[in-house]
Amino acid sequence: MTQNGAYAFELKNVNIYYGSKLAVNDVNITIPNQKITAFIGPSGCGKSTVLRSLNRMNDLIASARLEGEVHFGGQSLYEQNVDPVEVRRRIGMVFQKPNPFPKSIYDNIAYGPRLLGVRSKSVLDDIVESCLKDSYLWDEVKGDLKKSGLALSGGQQQRLCIARTIAVEPEVILMDEPCSALDPIATQAIEELMRDLVKQFTIVIVTHNMQQAQRVSDFTAFYSIRKEEIAGGKENRWGILAEYAPTGRLFSNPASEETERYIRGEFG
Amino acid sequence: MATVIDGEPEIKTFMPDEAAFKRGLAGRKTRGLVWQIFFIASIVIALLALAALFLNVVNSSFGLVASTFEIDPDEVVEGGDLQAASAEQLAAAIVRIRPNPSKVLVRDNLSSVPTNEFTTRPLSDVLSGHTIPPGIESKTINELTPEELGAVLAANLSTDTMLTYVSADIVGEDVLETYPLFDSLFNRGAIEAEVIEEFGGEAENVEVYFRSWLRPSFIVTKQSSDPIATGISTALLGTLWIVTITVLIAFPIGVGAAIYLEEYSVSKNPWAERFARVIETNIRNLAGVPSIIYGLLGLAIFVRALSAITSGAFLGLDGNGRTILSASLTMALLVLPVIIINAQEAIRAVPSSIREASYGLGATRWQTIWKQVIPAAMPGILTGTILGMSRAIGETAPLVVIGASTAIFTDPNGPFSSFTALPIQIYQWTARPQPEFRAVAAAAIIVLLVLLLLLNATAIFLRQYFRRQLQG
Repeated sequence: MTQNGAYAFELKNVNIYYGSKLAVNDVNITIPNQKITAFIGPSGCGKSTVLRSLNRMNDLIASARLEGEVHFGGQSLYEQNVDPVEVRRRIGMVFQKPNPFPKSIYDNIAYGPRLLGVRSKSVLDDIVESCLKDSYLWDEVKGDLKKSGLALSGGQQQRLCIARTIAVEPEVILMDEPCSALDPIATQAIEELMRDLVKQFTIVIVTHNMQQAQRVSDFTAFYSIRKEEIAGGKENRWGILAEYAPTGRLFSNPASEETERYIRGEFG
Repeated sequence: MATVIDGEPEIKTFMPDEAAFKRGLAGRKTRGLVWQIFFIASIVIALLALAALFLNVVNSSFGLVASTFEIDPDEVVEGGDLQAASAEQLAAAIVRIRPNPSKVLVRDNLSSVPTNEFTTRPLSDVLSGHTIPPGIESKTINELTPEELGAVLAANLSTDTMLTYVSADIVGEDVLETYPLFDSLFNRGAIEAEVIEEFGGEAENVEVYFRSWLRPSFIVTKQSSDPIATGISTALLGTLWIVTITVLIAFPIGVGAAIYLEEYSVSKNPWAERFARVIETNIRNLAGVPSIIYGLLGLAIFVRALSAITSGAFLGLDGNGRTILSASLTMALLVLPVIIINAQEAIRAVPSSIREASYGLGATRWQTIWKQVIPAAMPGILTGTILGMSRAIGETAPLVVIGASTAIFTDPNGPFSSFTALPIQIYQWTARPQPEFRAVAAAAIIVLLVLLLLLNATAIFLRQYFRRQLQG
């Protein structure tokens, strides 16, 4: 599972189901290396579902099922012989709500390396320091690494979660609405951090905030919802990938009218 | 909802007008107050019940007693106070009052020669391995002066041993009547008058004194048919053994079952999931099964079918399956549902964001469970264990069925000992005809309650410790 070529991910005809319900239909997308790709779209369009399929996080939901192919650096992620544990170690994830472990700042960051068998105190010390520096947190917490991660502010917690993710040296960082629980100042700090991290990592971010997508991302994928009336007055809804383009072009010159209406804030 | 009539806008409203609102609000507040009073009354009733229990027990455990003595305890030693007497004083009293039995005391406790040579061999042989006061090595036991004999006793026997001997064999106390604590405190004069009238008072060598039935010697002494001399060490140790082994068995199995049901049974296979839910429902039902049923189960399986194991026969020990191990295994079955249910709730309450974060870093399922889920669930798991442990301490019925004996005069020393337990001992004492045993039982109840408090306090301390670990 090594990365080669310009593309980190390549999704072909991906359908994702929860039980028998179709959640996302026929997604085809290529996500480039060392760029920030943003997923935007109205609630329920399946953008988080697609994101979570990229590191097999959906495996944790018993009813979730995926059809089609998800390639990472030329390797299919959903082959029988691919271990999701290895996938997740290479493709890290930052979640919507900051979720530090109920442990010290130090142990939060050392957790991942320890899982992989790093035992040396001096190596762990180095990892903790460099990850905290890379996530702009070092100056704020260096005096008290024994403090609980839960004692930090929301923005600091989210940066701690990013530091924790990069501690296992992943190739990709997936971010599922990482700023939706944060205030504008903390959001700005995370956005700056992302522009810095993309020099080393491929980043895919789901966001509800179109300005954020415009500010930070290189490519933007717009997901939308399709409906179908079924018997009994109910309707089936599923998500599709409606448009995918470099961020500048998608926002200035969208190909479809639906995208244009969404980015102008007319629905969603 | 606005309609215009003659240019005046009339606003149609569905909400009550001012007066109706005020009335309604008063009604709502009254209903709230009634419920609040009900809740306060509930807690008051609970506290009253607890206070009544506590006072009742304390009332019986302390109080005046009227006793006769073969020898007035005040005349046994110089100064009169037996409890404060030194080893030398006690030894001198024993030799003075019981010259010949005091030699028997030496023979039974100290002699290292055959009985028939005890009086003929010199003390250097008889007391080999013990302290021999100087100058008497070559004498035989019968050649000793009373002072020398007293010195031998004082040098080799503990104060407690001699005190027990003095109390039981010299003083010979016999309790004629016991009085509850509140009577003793407020009606002492009436009680003393009644004792003189009924038993003759000092003239007949009857003495009234304040006795605490709960005393250090009560806790460390084995049981006896004499209420003055009896103790609960056997039952106390039996209970401690049972609770310890029960927790050692039930905690790992219970937590393991809870982890399986919460973390592993969730699978892509709907049948596995359904199977787990059926198991779960049954565990919840088992928690309500009467304990006597568990006792019968334990009797059939552990005492009878597995007696080779529970009696210790596989280790070459004698005896039957009515052992501490059988009792502990039965108690473990009894408390397992409680531990499993509480551990499940605790594991379910661990936020899934913690699990996702761990998996997201490339942790395996086992690493996630061991390093995140169990530590986060530990306070809740311990709460369940506390509940289970308390139940194991108080349960009586299954132990009766399994065959806890009440007449045991040796302390249990391991899982294969036969045993008795505190609640059984208490029940047995209350069933005796002599009224003094009710005071003894009350004292034992206090010991049981204190033990319960101590064990719970330990578990609560552990729970708080783990909770602090989580909060950092």
